[in-house]
Amino acid sequence: MNYLNENIESLHKKLKDGEITADQLTQDTLKGIKELEPKLNAMITVVDDAKPAQNLDLSNELAGIPIAIKDNIITNGIKTTAASHILYNYMPVYDATVISKLKDAQMTIVGKANMDEFAMGSSSENSYYGAPKNPWDLTRVTGGSSGGSAAAVASGEVVAALGSDTGGSVRQPAAFNGIFGIKPTYGRVSRWGLIAFASSLDQIGVMTKRAADSAKILNVIAGADEHDSTVSEKEVPDFTAAIGKDVKGLHVAVPEEYFGEGVEPAVKDLINEQIKVLEDNGAIINKVQLPHTKYVVPDYYIIASSEASSNLQRYDGIRYGYRAKDAKNLLDVYVKSRSEAFGDEVKRRIMLGTFALSAGSYDRFFRQAAKVRTLICEDFDKIFAENDVIVGPTTPTPAFKIDSSIKDPLKMYANDILTISANMAGIPAASVPAGLVDGMPVGFQIMAKRFDESSIFQVADFIERQNKFYEKTPTGLED
Amino acid sequence: MVKITKEDIKHVAGLSRLEFSEDELEKFTEQMGDIINMADQLAEVDTKDVPETVQVVDRDTVFREDKPEHWETREELMENVPEKADGYIKVPVIIDKDDNA
Amino acid sequence: MNFKSTIGLEVHFELKTKSKIFSPSPVSYGAPVNTETNVIDWAMPGVLPKLNKDVYRLGIMVALATHSHILPTTHFDRKNYFYPDNPKAYQITQFFQPLARDGYIEVEVRGKKKRIGIHEMHIEEDAGKNTHGTNGYSYVDLNRQGVPLLEVVSEPDMEDPEEAYAYLTKLRQIVQFTGASDVKMEEGSMRVDTNISIRPAGQKELGNKVEMKNLNSFDHVRRSLAYEEQRQQQVLLSGGRVQVSTRRFDDATGKTVLERVKEGDADYRYFPEPDIAPDHISQEWIDEIEASLPESPFARRKRYVEEYGIKEYDADVILQTKESSDFYDATVAAGADPKLAANWLNTQVNGYLNEEQVEIQDIKLTPENLAQIIKMIKDGTISSKIAKKVFKESIENGTDPKKYVEDKGMVQLSDLSVLEPMVKKVVDANPQSVEDFKNGKDRAIGFLVGQIMKETRGKANPKVVNELLNKELQSR
Repeated sequence: MNYLNENIESLHKKLKDGEITADQLTQDTLKGIKELEPKLNAMITVVDDAKPAQNLDLSNELAGIPIAIKDNIITNGIKTTAASHILYNYMPVYDATVISKLKDAQMTIVGKANMDEFAMGSSSENSYYGAPKNPWDLTRVTGGSSGGSAAAVASGEVVAALGSDTGGSVRQPAAFNGIFGIKPTYGRVSRWGLIAFASSLDQIGVMTKRAADSAKILNVIAGADEHDSTVSEKEVPDFTAAIGKDVKGLHVAVPEEYFGEGVEPAVKDLINEQIKVLEDNGAIINKVQLPHTKYVVPDYYIIASSEASSNLQRYDGIRYGYRAKDAKNLLDVYVKSRSEAFGDEVKRRIMLGTFALSAGSYDRFFRQAAKVRTLICEDFDKIFAENDVIVGPTTPTPAFKIDSSIKDPLKMYANDILTISANMAGIPAASVPAGLVDGMPVGFQIMAKRFDESSIFQVADFIERQNKFYEKTPTGLED
Repeated sequence: MVKITKEDIKHVAGLSRLEFSEDELEKFTEQMGDIINMADQLAEVDTKDVPETVQVVDRDTVFREDKPEHWETREELMENVPEKADGYIKVPVIIDKDDNA
Repeated sequence: MNFKSTIGLEVHFELKTKSKIFSPSPVSYGAPVNTETNVIDWAMPGVLPKLNKDVYRLGIMVALATHSHILPTTHFDRKNYFYPDNPKAYQITQFFQPLARDGYIEVEVRGKKKRIGIHEMHIEEDAGKNTHGTNGYSYVDLNRQGVPLLEVVSEPDMEDPEEAYAYLTKLRQIVQFTGASDVKMEEGSMRVDTNISIRPAGQKELGNKVEMKNLNSFDHVRRSLAYEEQRQQQVLLSGGRVQVSTRRFDDATGKTVLERVKEGDADYRYFPEPDIAPDHISQEWIDEIEASLPESPFARRKRYVEEYGIKEYDADVILQTKESSDFYDATVAAGADPKLAANWLNTQVNGYLNEEQVEIQDIKLTPENLAQIIKMIKDGTISSKIAKKVFKESIENGTDPKKYVEDKGMVQLSDLSVLEPMVKKVVDANPQSVEDFKNGKDRAIGFLVGQIMKETRGKANPKVVNELLNKELQSR
């Protein structure tokens, strides 16, 4: 089965009408994945023995629908690696909260999606399991770090996938693969069971072809959780209520800085077209400034790497995962296991973070970054005092060629400039397809106030209905 | 400009429990120097009297009641342990504790 | 040359909760290896900490009992270091914004009162335990990982080992009486690190600091500090420099041994813990906890000495542990004479505890039963001699004293209608004794008492018999 022309509603209808059984749907899905995987490498683990929930309750639209999960989300009894050699054999003994919630909703987990090691990267090339390929052009990257999730959805392997977003890791690959991807407000979705990269920035997100499908899944995975002290107890609205609305009277901010030199002209044009559509349909467009945008990349890399350097210390070869074979003493176990099993990008971030926190550097780096973060947040507060959403491009360019940037970390980091701020400020943000530039998809980014994902769904769904990008099919898979 | 030397990188690698071959060290010293100087752009921002933001949460004082719960079972928790004996995690002999300097 | 010592102490207390600080794993002493652990204690990928409310409650109790200023907003931080007993490779502690600051306790050394400052106290998690094998391996048990700790850091206010000893004794007593910790050094629920430097009298800046970790007992603390004072003096007098270092106390030789020299501080890369939201400690909550604080040892001592009139020494013996003080209070509350209760507790009960090597909370004697025994002595129901028998029975088997005395017919014979004729009869039968008494031989009375005791098989109340005999003899 291929989901290129399906969505949750259409699959649900098939199940309900008895056109297909849930078992068959699962089997067909697994078969479809196996057919595409040699080309895509979107999955680290395919759950061969996946079975739909028993006593399927078909009054629930998600029941029996297969879903892929980024491999940094803990799944009880299904190997979870975070695309790292250091967890190559790690078998979890509990479920992430989002997984428990998906299981309660009777969704079927069919695969663990490929990604950058520990979600560190913007191309998914930092995977111990090799880079996934972009279904629009197999010589190009999927983006990252949730590249496998994005490619799996865009190629029709699955209709939906969970990703995680620390600095754009859901939105950037969504943009590169021509699908919808949302990073909810920090604290909207429990992080219990999300393998930590940067704890104050990480958030689990949803990736689907259509915004409406993400709204349905976010409805299920959002909300309070006793395991996570940073997750909000705010009531979760029905996000699907935002689908099908117009944008009349909506205040839309367009930051000048998001159309800077680094952004490709063709990308700017495509994004401006979408903004024009909003304006033509009654939205009020306001040009605004986000003056600290030039500092978001350094700020992000200090904060995220500092937290990561600490979060990744538990991978020490002692209790689980990779242990170096020839370790003679304890220090050997630590140094050899970590040096042999972490990839270069992970090492760079650990090194940067350790440096930023170390004696003599803390004030100049970590503390200063925490203060600049405040200034970044204040930029957004000012804009949201008068606007409902902020829009712009998700990325400066469409997907680049595999191997073109991986050797130049700074060039790679600069790709994140448009997505990072939302994580720094903890606000929700999504990417919705805007169109194609040279045959490759470009994403339109929508950000909103904290806990106002509904406005994002409203705008994204409206854009989708206008540009009908969902009717296009990826070109890279045609033989 | 922050000058990053091989010695700096070795020191930070030690704290991180990582080691690099001479070749890698060469490459990492250069890369880390570039990255750290990119990060150091923040030094030019005036942050006098600006408070720090270390998390963006809408809650505080989040507590759990003091109710014990037993995990079933120890064997399950130990399934992933590379080396174990009699319910213990086994590690090669510990040489020194605080070589964190 | 004269030297001045500067001593500071860091004391860790395990807080007495049912579950761990950041995970719901149970906490008990001596559970089988790794059975009191869960995915959080193991630092499995993806887990998050969730703070146990009682940890704050108990910490606030200690802060209040030491006049410390509780911070309205606290936050946890990460202290990063690799070690097998530290699964996350960071310890969650409070570095930037601790629970409380600027407290003090008052000690008395050589008749002089002195305030020792408390710099700060903070909440943190304990680490697991490593056992070092002889086969080239170490073994890790994570049961202790995540047990809540309160670390109390003194100001460097102590000037000699006696002051340090007095501070520790007082601090332990204060903490114990809040009920926040078991304070047992032998079980590790109280752990002491010290640091000491010396400098020539008159010199302002402090000398180089030597640290000693995990001392086994108060006695070791005192002896190791005394040894260090002497050692450091000798180093300085011979023109040397004291090395900034960590040393270990060797009980057998009474000396301290160099463990390692410090080259700059360890780099723990502290930073705010992003997985835990900030904590606001409301005045309301503090007031509520203050109202629930058990009576302090000082207040108890005052009550014992001034209200009950018991000797200061006896009061201090009772106040050695909260359990014994609670037992005493309960005995008095059950109607026992306070002075008699103090005597019985400090001699008979403590004697039994020492002999059997048990704790007062583990014996079968209840305060109510002890009170009954004391009441029966006081009202003459039983003699002191019988009382000891009853006590033995009650403490060994938990027997109800009153019922036991009745069942065994141990009640003293004080009934005049029975004793009076008996006295007359005995005096009549022993004219020689009457003669002796008249001649001033006191022994005569003893003989006559003996006769009556023989007649009553020891049950006659000796006080009553004595009175009756005196009266009878004088009337002859």
